[in-house]
Amino acid sequence: MQNATIDVVIANRRERVRRYAVVLAGLLALVVAIFAVTLSIGKTITPPGEVLRVLLGEPVPGADFSVGQLRLPRAVMSVLAGLCFGLGGVAFQVMLRNPLASPDIIGITSGAGAAAVFAIVVLSMSGPMVSVFAIVAGLGVAMLVYGLSFRNGVAGTRLILVGIGVSAMLQSVIAYILQSAPAWSLQEAMRWLTGSVNGAQLDQALPLLSALLVFGGLLLSRSRDLDALRLGDDMAAALGTRVAQTRMLVIIAAVGLIASATAATGPIAFVAFLSGPIAGRIVKNGGSPLIPSALTGAALVLAADYIGQHLLPGRYPVGVVTGALGAPYLIYLIIRVNRIGGTL
Amino acid sequence: MTDHLLVASGLSAGYDNTEILHGLDLTVPPGKITVIVGANACGKSTFLRTISRLIVPTAGQALLDGKSIHRMPSRDLARTLGLLPQSPIAPEGITVADLVSRGRHPHQSLFSRWTRQDDEAVDSALSATKTFDLAERPVDELSGGQRQRVWIAMALAQQTDILLLDEPTTFLDINHQIEVLDLLTDLNHTRGTTVVMVLHDLNLAARYADHLVALASGRVHISGTPEEVLTEETVRQVFGLENRVITDPISGRPIMLPIGRHRMAAVIDDETGRPSQQEKRA
Repeated sequence: MQNATIDVVIANRRERVRRYAVVLAGLLALVVAIFAVTLSIGKTITPPGEVLRVLLGEPVPGADFSVGQLRLPRAVMSVLAGLCFGLGGVAFQVMLRNPLASPDIIGITSGAGAAAVFAIVVLSMSGPMVSVFAIVAGLGVAMLVYGLSFRNGVAGTRLILVGIGVSAMLQSVIAYILQSAPAWSLQEAMRWLTGSVNGAQLDQALPLLSALLVFGGLLLSRSRDLDALRLGDDMAAALGTRVAQTRMLVIIAAVGLIASATAATGPIAFVAFLSGPIAGRIVKNGGSPLIPSALTGAALVLAADYIGQHLLPGRYPVGVVTGALGAPYLIYLIIRVNRIGGTL
Repeated sequence: MTDHLLVASGLSAGYDNTEILHGLDLTVPPGKITVIVGANACGKSTFLRTISRLIVPTAGQALLDGKSIHRMPSRDLARTLGLLPQSPIAPEGITVADLVSRGRHPHQSLFSRWTRQDDEAVDSALSATKTFDLAERPVDELSGGQRQRVWIAMALAQQTDILLLDEPTTFLDINHQIEVLDLLTDLNHTRGTTVVMVLHDLNLAARYADHLVALASGRVHISGTPEEVLTEETVRQVFGLENRVITDPISGRPIMLPIGRHRMAAVIDDETGRPSQQEKRA
């Protein structure tokens, strides 16, 4: 009898692990599929064989440019930015147990964006220094929002409201700097308002990839503790998690991810906000949403950029498309909060 | 079996600038059920949260086997001392078996594989709490009583020798309250787990406690057997409530009957020993 029940427990656990692996594999396959489509089907259709040869570095007349110079950098930057936004966003949402606590709602993305715009326009900086500037500013905003909302511990609702206020202020800083930059092209300006992978270059990819590996690695090394935080701070502490330390590391890692991606592509609207909840729906039964959310973010940015480039009349930067997707969800969440009555 | 000794000595703690515990001294008898009672805001929850390291004391110490709890590695502590907080959160859609398995957290690390021992702990926690048949159900679909059993199962899977519970019966129907308290008593009898819990209901506290502790304004007002602690005088001093204490015919333990301003037709008159129509004055 004893053996029978433990066999059920083991079978249940294996089934959970298997189901989670299936979800991860499915999401990965989705990202790869959209990636392949964006490389081969644009204004012209490049056969998969030629795409592969371009990827392998062989000279292919015509495809060299359209795939190698235009589509590939775009797709690579979309994937990297999507992974960063998806992972950084869900880390905040899990840590504060609230889907509205995403970095793009509570001002961290705006902070990184404002710093990047300031660095580029006013200080004429470029390259990795801009990312560093953005990360430092993002951390500063995170600490500011955290500090302003601290009273007997951090309450999610208060932090979100403070964050929305700070975010609005920073948005106006971005608008002001862009306005006072006379030679600024409209497209570049759009990038800092909605986020875009227009004009993406492969040499931007390396700094973003390193940021993803460093900060993503730091975050994933804490994934067990982050998972424990989902049960509430008290329960997590009772299970042996060092709550304050975990929180600090998660904030640094998530801000690093968000700010690096923002410095590279601009604040692609709502990807950080949407990826976690979508991944949660896909994972369903309570498994860790971290990696699923990163993959969802990559799929979202890739697909939204493709839609903005090829499936809509006219061309739109990716942030316009994700913004159109995210806004209704934000409204839905706020309505739901209103109905439940208060606690976000 | 457990012989871990949990001691609070001169413990002061609170939130921000408000001190709630003022030099509290308490020794938790190993292998027994200790129940803490007291009026609202007397520091019951603060005490549990301080000895389980959620709050850093401003003075005094919480000691486990003579070592300061606040200086122990957090994972070591979590293998000996478990806490079920007042309102833990179940992640959306999580199944019972999955949630219970989270109790193994302090026994695992990032790279350690899931072991046979982990499976056995989950299995026995599910069986002990009679939640085995619920294992595949999402926690958010369960009734309040079932859910509380699942949380206790999770705390059991942690396999700690000492288990702290903050109001484990709140929001439960009376039948489920009894079910939870019986379950914790079973646990104490079969595994020898030291149970420390905060309860609101004095009569249930007196019925289930081996050791009853009444807190008042951040200190231990009195502690001892239920017969020693649940007296008319204690209730009057700790809760400011006029009352009668009689013997519960079912458990033989003391039971407290409150005296309010109304419906006092059957108050027993002190002098005559007979029911009197007169309201009793303090």
